[in-house]
Amino acid sequence: MGTNKVSKSKEGSLLSRMTRNQMFIPLAALAALLLFNLILDPSSFAITMDENSAGNPVLSGFLINILDNGSELAILAIGMTLVTAASGGQDISVGAAIAISGSVLLRVLCGSNTRPETLQAPILVAFLVAFVVAMLFGAFNGVLVAVFRIQPMVATLILYTAGRSIASWVNNNELPIIGEPSFGYFGGFIPGIPVPTPIFIAILCLVAIWLVLKFTNLRLYTQSVGINENSAKLNGLNPTFIKILSFVILGACVGVAALIKVSRLATINYGVIAKDIEMDAILAVALGGNALSGGKFNMAASVVGAYVIQCLTTTLYKFKVPSTALPAYKAVVVILLVVLSSPVVRAKLSALAPQAKRKEAA
Amino acid sequence: MRKKFVGFLLCAAMTATLLAGCGGGSDTKETDAPAAATEGDTKAAEDTKADEGTTAAEGDTQAAAPAASGELIKIGIINNDTSESGYRVANDRDLQRKFTEENGYDATFAYGKTNDEQVAAANKMIQDGVDYLAIAAANTSGWDKVLQDAKDQGIRVILYDRVIDADEEFYVASIVSDMAKEGETAANWLKDQKLESYNIIHLQGQMGSSAQVGRSEALVNMAQAEGWNIVTQQCADWNAETAQQIVQSVIDAGTDFNVIYAENDNMADGAVKALDKAGIKHGVGEKVVIMGFDCNTFALENVMNGTWNYDGQCNPYQADMIDEIIKNLENGVEPAEKVIYMEEVGFDQSNVTQEVIDKFGI
Amino acid sequence: MEENIVLKMRNIHKSFPGVRALQGVDFTLRRGEIHALMGENGAGKSTLIKVLTGVYSKDEGQINLDGKDEAIHSPQDAQRVGISTVYQEITLCPNLSVAENMYIGRGKGAVQNWKKMNADADQILTNLGIPARGSQQLSSCSLAVQQMVAIARAVDTDCKVLILDEPTSSLDEQEVEKLFTLMRDLREKGVGIIFVTHFLDQVYEVCDRITVMRDGKLVGEFVTEELPRVQLVSKMLGKELDDLSDIQGEYSSYEAAEGEAPVFEAKGLYSDSGIKPFDFDIKKGEVNGFTGLLGSGRSESVRAIFGADRVLGGEVKMNGKPVKIAKPIDAMKNGIAYLPEDRKRDGIVGDLSVRDNIILANQVLKGFLKPYKKSETYKIADEYIKLLSIKTASADTPIKSLSGGNQQKVILARWLLTHPEYLILDEPTRGIDVGTKVDIQKLVLKLASEGMSVTFISSELDEMLRTCSRLMVMRDRRMVGELSGEELKQSTVMNTIAGGEK
Repeated sequence: MGTNKVSKSKEGSLLSRMTRNQMFIPLAALAALLLFNLILDPSSFAITMDENSAGNPVLSGFLINILDNGSELAILAIGMTLVTAASGGQDISVGAAIAISGSVLLRVLCGSNTRPETLQAPILVAFLVAFVVAMLFGAFNGVLVAVFRIQPMVATLILYTAGRSIASWVNNNELPIIGEPSFGYFGGFIPGIPVPTPIFIAILCLVAIWLVLKFTNLRLYTQSVGINENSAKLNGLNPTFIKILSFVILGACVGVAALIKVSRLATINYGVIAKDIEMDAILAVALGGNALSGGKFNMAASVVGAYVIQCLTTTLYKFKVPSTALPAYKAVVVILLVVLSSPVVRAKLSALAPQAKRKEAA
Repeated sequence: MRKKFVGFLLCAAMTATLLAGCGGGSDTKETDAPAAATEGDTKAAEDTKADEGTTAAEGDTQAAAPAASGELIKIGIINNDTSESGYRVANDRDLQRKFTEENGYDATFAYGKTNDEQVAAANKMIQDGVDYLAIAAANTSGWDKVLQDAKDQGIRVILYDRVIDADEEFYVASIVSDMAKEGETAANWLKDQKLESYNIIHLQGQMGSSAQVGRSEALVNMAQAEGWNIVTQQCADWNAETAQQIVQSVIDAGTDFNVIYAENDNMADGAVKALDKAGIKHGVGEKVVIMGFDCNTFALENVMNGTWNYDGQCNPYQADMIDEIIKNLENGVEPAEKVIYMEEVGFDQSNVTQEVIDKFGI
Repeated sequence: MEENIVLKMRNIHKSFPGVRALQGVDFTLRRGEIHALMGENGAGKSTLIKVLTGVYSKDEGQINLDGKDEAIHSPQDAQRVGISTVYQEITLCPNLSVAENMYIGRGKGAVQNWKKMNADADQILTNLGIPARGSQQLSSCSLAVQQMVAIARAVDTDCKVLILDEPTSSLDEQEVEKLFTLMRDLREKGVGIIFVTHFLDQVYEVCDRITVMRDGKLVGEFVTEELPRVQLVSKMLGKELDDLSDIQGEYSSYEAAEGEAPVFEAKGLYSDSGIKPFDFDIKKGEVNGFTGLLGSGRSESVRAIFGADRVLGGEVKMNGKPVKIAKPIDAMKNGIAYLPEDRKRDGIVGDLSVRDNIILANQVLKGFLKPYKKSETYKIADEYIKLLSIKTASADTPIKSLSGGNQQKVILARWLLTHPEYLILDEPTRGIDVGTKVDIQKLVLKLASEGMSVTFISSELDEMLRTCSRLMVMRDRRMVGELSGEELKQSTVMNTIAGGEK
């Protein structure tokens, strides 16, 4: 039966082919949000060249703002997509892990003094340490999920609850502040380059994952394990390893996101840094039309999903939605998008499209 | 076996939840920690210093008396966990500094993130026969039995930092501060600046917390009375990143503003980062007035070097006050008032010195 | 005789879309008897049980209990009229006490008298001779006792008919013996017991009567003593003894060189799936097979060879050289391929395309860092789609939307692509149409004639006899015989499967 449907699709209208594509809903949502902005404020898309307080020329504007602030989310969406695909569950400890990783980064930079005159270690070294720590915590989650077979959300609940306390403990409850301007480059601007650095970092990560997916079997292995673990095992794969791997990759994404986050402010607020970002990352995966129960995934759709969420957030700030009503607005839009991009509705939509056409003909 | 292990992990997770219960970091503190400022916003730093100095000196002299007679005052001090916030760390350090043997105390410290932990610690202290109990309750209710037991045993209870839902007869004094007053101090200061126009970005803390309510209300009332224009009023959840994004959106929208009223230092910091990015000048004598709360060290430094204009104090130093009350009680003098408000000031460039920073910075 | 009947099922029909699962089945159970329900997989046993317990509603027919016609629409109805079931998997709560397990969800009100409950439970346990106390935690009991507690719970509810659905599969011999003692006690007390099992020895040890089903139809009801084992097997398999046709190698077979070491050789191999250690070897170009009834351990044996279950012991050699096969990947690297018995559960990766499913195993062999180029995968997929005439809309169609036979061909293609030295096919022809079956049999012989060694497992004996030159016979998870040459006749095979008497 399914076979028939697929063969028909080839002859289907452009519309039905488009709606069936997993990229359709997130792209359409993005377009709709941008259009909404354009109509209400025609100057939305203006990008201007200003000078920042350090005297460097920088680009600014609504679009730059979205790309800049959406960077961390887009990076996390990569890892979350893989974890979802391989384990059929989600990691809710991402925000707490960013707190830990960021805290470690600052700790290495500051040494024992919370307000160092000079950095106690090269930024690269500090980043690498924090990066490895983030991956270790990823591996910890992965082991709980893959070896001890704890439901991912429950397994990551441990770090979710304890993570921010650990982060604060790493720096003895102190509040380190980095005065060194070059540390701010990662979350701000590199002198002479007017594009925000997080955008470059995000592009770097996206290219990296694109290359990995192209030149390794990560996609095939992850999907096989996510769809049918028994089969995967009998085909020589090691599902345990692949699940852990997906968590470690998410850990790597966390490490990079943590660098951007702490660099943006040159400090860290353990309680609120990257707060609720795990929910946005999971949403990005769902918005991309990926089944949260695992299996097949579309990385590009997840990443677009991430930017949709950032676009929504920025739009709501821009139109000064009252504080109290903001979560409600966000919830309504998100529910709408997630329902529209769910596999069930997508199937219905694509079934509708040719029917509509036939009706027109009749 | 595996099930048991899972069970163990779950228990661990739950314990972690309990431990991290207050974990929202500065949230919790902002929620309950009272903070107010005296009217003395223009009070010279020397005055403040002098006052404090006297108090401390008095405390020291009195402390010598019982210590000399070889009889230490047994006191149980129940506080919240220090991973909560920088405020709590400062608060704890202050108590640890004051209640030492040299000052005539045999002090037991206990920390808890939940009432359960705190109540258990209190019961133990009552059994141990302490003379005084100082409590900063995690939660306002659930202390009836402890307070009754303490009263039956003749133990005097002093509440500090946070109030408890109990009849006045159960405690000697409640040393708290007044959020609304702190807001009023800040609003009055802003009024005194006599700006040509008032276009304010108002960054709110977690909605409904006492700090948010107190600090918001004062500004809103003043804005109504004075005809100030609040450009945008949004909730940034005590979070620097969110504050940064909100201010960035306002800048991108091209809206004009010249005051940023942030309900804590972190949000003010995030706002400033956004201004720096856009090359908008801020601070003393510049276009945008920056206002924050809590007296974090970095905030006071910013006030001193003129990049910020105002910082409202959130005084965590109740130790001297507690000490004073106890010493008076030992001499048979009951405190005149049950509710004692902390002395809290607002700082601007006129009254910030390095000594102030060292003394009040948290 | 008549008044002794407790349960009478007459002319039961039940259809599922595309399948007539039960076609006019009769079943009769008397008071105080243990009645075995036998049949190979798909014979309709479990459908019949589910109709009786109200899980399925029947399309047609009557169920008469104690002379009254009963309409059973739900498990609760079944429980109410006195039909209780104990399933293969223990469905109790291990962290509750024995008494709690016996009474859980049965009290009328919210109030529970714990003391009385424990006392009552102890009373029942003593009466049934079950070595457990009411207050004991269930998980502290052995599996057999847990199973008995489940039975105690079942019989306590004024039970007339007790259904035991493969209760012995996870028990060891002593535990089975204890269970049988309990069953005999219950028989003395007048309970009618329906016993579903695959173990022939157990049937002959404890059952009074046997009802045999095949292909959704009733074959007949027999008194155990009057039905020789070999007869029972032939009735289950649907082959009359005198219906033999000897099929000897009509296909050209590969001639192994003299003195050549076997391609694969195992000594004392066993895994955690419960099979007893066995010896096995296969020569180059040989087609042999494992036969036995379902659950006899034939699949478990080949899974042990491939490392699909956890191998606990045994020596393995490939072409005379000792090798270690602990995981499937080890086996694959040694040139072994395994087409699993349960296609849906272990074979296909449902949402992936036919193309991805074909390349999967070989891709894993090639390595993580060496993916096929996309164009290569299309070439390979198209080649095998043509070679095995797989009916699919395109190489990109998800495999789950293909028919069973075509899915099987895709899995076969997957393993052929790895060019194995030794191919294991576990039930490759189950649930697929006759044409495809013949295709696969021919392919097996063709591959063997080219020098591949093949182990073939099938529930259909003639298929095995047609393709295999040597048969390992399994019974009760033990290898009980090896047949070749003149012995490859249905009569001999069935006799060996049945064991015991001749």
